[in-house]
Amino acid sequence: MRYAMAIDTKKCVGCSDCVVACQTENDVPIGYCRDWVVEVMDGTYPQLEMEIRSERCNHCENSPCVRCCPTGASHYSEGGIVLVEENKCIGCSACITSCPYDARFVHPKGYVDKCTYCLHRVKKGLQPACVAVCPTKCMYFGDLDDPRSEVSMIIKKRKWKTLIPEAGTKPHLYFLI
Amino acid sequence: MREEIIVSGRNNPLIDPQLHIWHWEIPLYLFLGGLAAGVLFFAALYTIRNRENDYRTAVKIAPFVAPIALVIGLIALFLDLHHKLYFWRLYTTIKLESPMSWGAWTLMLVTPLSMLWCALHIKELFPKWDWKFDIIKDVLTFFEKNKKVLAWIMLVSSGILGIYTGILFSAFNARPLWNTSILGPLFLASGLSAGSAITIWLSKDHAEKKRFAQLDLMIIGIELFLIIHMFMGFLASSQVQIDAANLFLGGPYTAPFWIFVVILGMIVPAILEILELRKFKIPVVIPVVLVLFGSLMLRFIISYAGQASRWLY
Amino acid sequence: MNSRRQFLKISSLSAAGLIFGGGLLDAFANNLVKTNPSHFKGPFDFTRTPTYCEVCFWKCAGWVYKDENGRIKKIIGNNDDPNCNGRFCPRGTGGVGMYNDEDRLKTPLIRTEERGKQTFREATWDEAFDYIAKKLTKVKKEYGPESLALFSHGSGGKYFGKVLKGLGSNNIAAPSYAQCRGPREVAFIATYGQGINSPENTDIRDTKCLVLIGSHLGENMHNGQVQEMSDAIDKGATIITVDPRFSTVASKSKFWLPIKPSTDMALLLTWMNVIINEELYDKKYVEKYCYGFDQLKEHVQQYTPEWAYGVTSLKPQQIRETARAMADAAPAVIVHPGRHVTWYGDDTQRLRAVAILNALLGSWGRRGGYYNPEKASVPHFEIPKFPKPNKSWREALGGKYKLADLALASGLCDASMPSPDLGHQVKAWIVNGTNLINTLPNQANTLKAIQELDLIAVVDTMPMEITGYADVVLPECTYLERYDSLRVSQGREPSIALRMPAVEPKYNTKPAYWMARELAKKLNLLDYFPFENLEDEIDWELQQVGTSLEEMQRIGVKRIKREYDDLYFAKDENVEFNTNTGKIELYSTALADEGFEPMPVFVQHPEPQEGFYRLIYGRAPMHTFSRTANNPNLTDLMDENTVWVNPKVAKEWDLKNDQYVYLENQDGIVSDFSIKVRVTERIRFDSVYMVHGFGHTDKRMKRCFGKGVSDTQLITNVMTDPIMGGTGMRGNFVTFRFDNKKEA
Repeated sequence: MRYAMAIDTKKCVGCSDCVVACQTENDVPIGYCRDWVVEVMDGTYPQLEMEIRSERCNHCENSPCVRCCPTGASHYSEGGIVLVEENKCIGCSACITSCPYDARFVHPKGYVDKCTYCLHRVKKGLQPACVAVCPTKCMYFGDLDDPRSEVSMIIKKRKWKTLIPEAGTKPHLYFLI
Repeated sequence: MREEIIVSGRNNPLIDPQLHIWHWEIPLYLFLGGLAAGVLFFAALYTIRNRENDYRTAVKIAPFVAPIALVIGLIALFLDLHHKLYFWRLYTTIKLESPMSWGAWTLMLVTPLSMLWCALHIKELFPKWDWKFDIIKDVLTFFEKNKKVLAWIMLVSSGILGIYTGILFSAFNARPLWNTSILGPLFLASGLSAGSAITIWLSKDHAEKKRFAQLDLMIIGIELFLIIHMFMGFLASSQVQIDAANLFLGGPYTAPFWIFVVILGMIVPAILEILELRKFKIPVVIPVVLVLFGSLMLRFIISYAGQASRWLY
Repeated sequence: MNSRRQFLKISSLSAAGLIFGGGLLDAFANNLVKTNPSHFKGPFDFTRTPTYCEVCFWKCAGWVYKDENGRIKKIIGNNDDPNCNGRFCPRGTGGVGMYNDEDRLKTPLIRTEERGKQTFREATWDEAFDYIAKKLTKVKKEYGPESLALFSHGSGGKYFGKVLKGLGSNNIAAPSYAQCRGPREVAFIATYGQGINSPENTDIRDTKCLVLIGSHLGENMHNGQVQEMSDAIDKGATIITVDPRFSTVASKSKFWLPIKPSTDMALLLTWMNVIINEELYDKKYVEKYCYGFDQLKEHVQQYTPEWAYGVTSLKPQQIRETARAMADAAPAVIVHPGRHVTWYGDDTQRLRAVAILNALLGSWGRRGGYYNPEKASVPHFEIPKFPKPNKSWREALGGKYKLADLALASGLCDASMPSPDLGHQVKAWIVNGTNLINTLPNQANTLKAIQELDLIAVVDTMPMEITGYADVVLPECTYLERYDSLRVSQGREPSIALRMPAVEPKYNTKPAYWMARELAKKLNLLDYFPFENLEDEIDWELQQVGTSLEEMQRIGVKRIKREYDDLYFAKDENVEFNTNTGKIELYSTALADEGFEPMPVFVQHPEPQEGFYRLIYGRAPMHTFSRTANNPNLTDLMDENTVWVNPKVAKEWDLKNDQYVYLENQDGIVSDFSIKVRVTERIRFDSVYMVHGFGHTDKRMKRCFGKGVSDTQLITNVMTDPIMGGTGMRGNFVTFRFDNKKEA
């Protein structure tokens, strides 16, 4: 079982609903965010093009954050989802420095926090909060090992890219372009 | 024009707008660790080569700096943790892929080892010292007899201590500035240089001073060589690495690095030591302080600049 | 100069109230979960209560979830709701912030004078209602009931509306008319005999071509429309965006027409020219349903693409290509009417052009174009008839704007100042849930009007700027803490939605229904409020349509079958339109009767002088007007607006990205605060852009005070639409300043 997410940049309007929904679902404190929206624009007026991406932890298959954690707090969980065990985390921030996507942050309570692909919802058969709320329905989530899941089918159909593939992290977050 | 911005107002403390999660605690510890490693390395080296009495300061007196440095360093590390009450988790597991885990365990080994070494030589500083308890005296006698073995262990572990601080950074290849294997040897060399400097400072024996000045010169030479090659490597690499190198070649860290670390921390002391060797009278404290300062600044600047270098945006 | 009403900042009077109220809530909350001893009729499943959102007009229905301590945790959409299909927008999801905002109004306040200085003092509800009732009665006696006015944007308007009507006034205005969609309504009524209303009846999900004129879908988060646009993109629809700025939707469009601002009318008329002359229009539809085609054809001959090039800076080839693309997709094409269309004063005519274009393409009443919306008919409990007003708001405005179908907020504001043109003067305002200072353009005008009033009572949840000018401030609880009337909205399918409180009102706040009823008690108008509790009235209404309060508390939304199966026109159906001729009027007889142009004509609008740039404003998907600017969850996303400046202009002025500047407009008004510069290629060199709703001046709103600039402050040149009084706001030009010292 390998969970992954695919996001259609052609439909995303950058409304940041995913950010607020994640905040209310996961009690992320005000002033912090587990996911964020990036707008990239190229060109000169009026020849312009733009890409909008909703980013978060990529739950990499070869994640540097799990490798560098000295206590094992950062670990692979169900379906390859990378989680942080609060009670093992010492707050050394090695994982934060090792993440090329800058996806982690230090929670005010002292441990390191990040997107969890809403594993607590996924276990109940629901989708992550961001995927469930997105008004443009541009986010897809599912099991890569299941050829009939939304994610597997959409990445077969469309062109996609991942972020910084040369970092070798094998991310599980695909951007459909 | 290319515009790449975060539109959802991301402003995670310590992460945005630029990573600044490690402050003075980490570079301070790295410096102290490197210093301790250098001192213990030479102590062990000359013990093994049976030159204990030729280099009395190096073997018997300078090592007293090590436990002090290490304890201060450990306190700094502890202060840096965000989830302090759980620090003991570090010692419930060994993660071979995590340089931080290595570091935790190496420190676990080196600190008591350095204290032991000092205990063996306590009479050098306090001639009238008396270990009141017999059991301590027995234990120390045992180690005195097996000093060579102890020295070998200390040689290896201090070597690991010295080099792992650089490997620690280079394991985080998410920060392009640190993504070079030269950092490990560079930090080891810097630590050895600091160790030699301390020895020169504390020594009263002219021959010892001369020897260590020569050693220091050689190490500085190696450091300069490594630094040049590090930059050559960056500039020949991918765009993120070039951007990282540019932090020092016109970017915000240019002046501090070249002035404090290279010129004041390496070149000037080298010149002063050459002059010393050519019988010019230079107060020994100047090159020593400059070397130590340069070593400290190296750690600080690499730490801060590394956090400023990034792959995205 | 001592003004009659000084702007008052609501100071920390209520700190004590906060501590008390907060503690009580905690103690109460622990009892609330699982047992529900509350005094309102509780739901079946107490951790999840139904509501519909109040943040914007779309009113999506959803569920409020509470955690194990009875605290509101999150709000998500109701899957059965056709407005949102189970997905809320960022403001709706961030609605929890509205509840948690500690800067909320906490207790009733009355303006008083202490030691020569004006200030607010805390008052009891009784005192506040006494004050208001006495004043209303006095004003009614002295000046007549036609001098009372209600400005409303939100659910409470219904209840205060009953009070006003009971007193004999029909001066009830929503700013969303003359300041927003008014021209569109009048234009479509003149053409098709019916307005658009809300939510818009655009069949985006089945369209093959969506034409957006200045409408920035995706940045304006009209939930259903954005969702359907996404569906359309999936199906490969062509999007044509006409916008001087490279908006989000422009980046998803097949054709982006970077038009010169204020020249949209020229483009629309030229499109008509191409479509008619190349015979791309729907001949059968036009023949069967339209009146005035021949006059239109003759009228548009002068508007050629080559002419348009000179006016709009759009290449003739592009104009022809897009016209053909629209015609290709017809009838599944939508020339979108937009929503906020009060731009240059000729807006009704411009929307007439939009309506005409749709008619030529045959999209009205067809799949992929405009469907025929239906609204559920929910009977109301019979109350006595309201007294007939002696004079209406129309007389107040001197008989102008006969074609306006709803009252004008700006009109009533103007009618509050003495003037020889007025029929009568408005002397008392009740303002419910609308921050008139940031809503009505020409702030100086609004403030002058307020000074002339005998009474201004403001009902709001936050200490917005308008509350600083009030005589009495009534703090309302948020939509998460009250019952409100059923949402009966139009759509493809009629639906009704229930709003019920998830938690008790925080602090000393109350629902608008209760306030209106208590006020009615004092005014002897209780006959119009037969139910003591709103939930009993809701229950009664629901039972008339075959359901009950108890059922609605479980399901939240009920979809009702359409009464008429007329979502689209049937093939060859004979349709009668509610116009003078009974047909779609391409040539408008109603407008001609009033002496206006029966067909839209291009008018050149003033352009900025050297060194000035047109101020274009718009929306961001994470905020709604100025109302959400202090919401903690939403300020996390965006806490200030930026001014978009073209790199060429930035170079001229030596402006750097993230630099802060002040703005000064053509009338010498300088912005109160500075705004961050965003140097971007996405905006034309003759304009600057900013998001509306920032630049708040009330210090009590700690998160948004002083952040960004208020575009309303810089909109002093109002171009009034002669047909229905809409206030055109895009004729203002700004320049940059590096300080905000005002000249003496």
